[in-house]
Amino acid sequence: MKSLEELRELREKVEKDMEMRKEINKPKIIIGMGTCGIAAGAREILKAVMEEIDKRDLDVEVTQTGCIGMCEKEPLMDVKLPGKDRITYGNLTKEDVKRIIVNHVINGNVVDELVIARLEE
Amino acid sequence: MKELALHILDIAENSVNADADNILIDIKEDTKNNDLEITIEDDGKGIKKDQLKDITDPFVTSRKTRPVGLGLSLFKAAAKRCDGNFLIDSNQNGTIVKAEFKHDHIDRAPLGNIAQTIISILLWDSNVDLTYKHRYNTEQFIFETQKIKEELGNVKITDSKILNWLKEYIDENVKEIRGGEFN
Repeated sequence: MKSLEELRELREKVEKDMEMRKEINKPKIIIGMGTCGIAAGAREILKAVMEEIDKRDLDVEVTQTGCIGMCEKEPLMDVKLPGKDRITYGNLTKEDVKRIIVNHVINGNVVDELVIARLEE
Repeated sequence: MKELALHILDIAENSVNADADNILIDIKEDTKNNDLEITIEDDGKGIKKDQLKDITDPFVTSRKTRPVGLGLSLFKAAAKRCDGNFLIDSNQNGTIVKAEFKHDHIDRAPLGNIAQTIISILLWDSNVDLTYKHRYNTEQFIFETQKIKEELGNVKITDSKILNWLKEYIDENVKEIRGGEFN
């Protein structure tokens, strides 16, 4: 069983990581978590995002938002790279999340076939 | 919703949006009396009296963008179809939502992934203090973010490594009290 002792050790590791990271200009990922989003599987999308961030050791800000009125396209996820357009992806699966993280968040290439909206900078 | 944990996430997000500082998620499973009770309580700004009486009507909502709100309606329907009960009460000091299910009812959705629900709430608002109590017959597990935050000092609870650790910690403990069962 995990103990809080272990959490203290983990804390020291994370503290070291924090020193190397800056707070400004992080890529941002926003996930739709209204009732519609949750019913369509948004929690699993959020889980997939967190797993990719952890696996690839990325410095990304993850936030959530409520229903934005595109319920039929849920689960939705927005990616906003510093200085770039905000891109909304829809009808997502966990596999799509991996593609978006690798292609868009890491390499800056928008995954066009999954895009449902674009908000210009 | 496929899991009761998804309803919990949905209702707890109402609490966050009502500017709650504290949220309590309390699950009681009493298999001898065939009872499953889920309570979500917050100290947010509450629901206005005139809205409260039909807040579980899908066409009543406090949101301003459009006049539909499904979260509470769906949770109530889930309880009702399992021969259960649903109760909501609210004043300016907070809101309490309680849903009761027949534990073995064929239509009862599985409890699902509670740990993932807790993590999702923390990612929504890391300032909120969350208490999660889960009783399964005589066994009990209590998880308090306030205690975790004390352990963490200036490390954020939303750091992905911390969240992953917490998820496993909650998973293990819930499985332990439920005797390895996960439904």
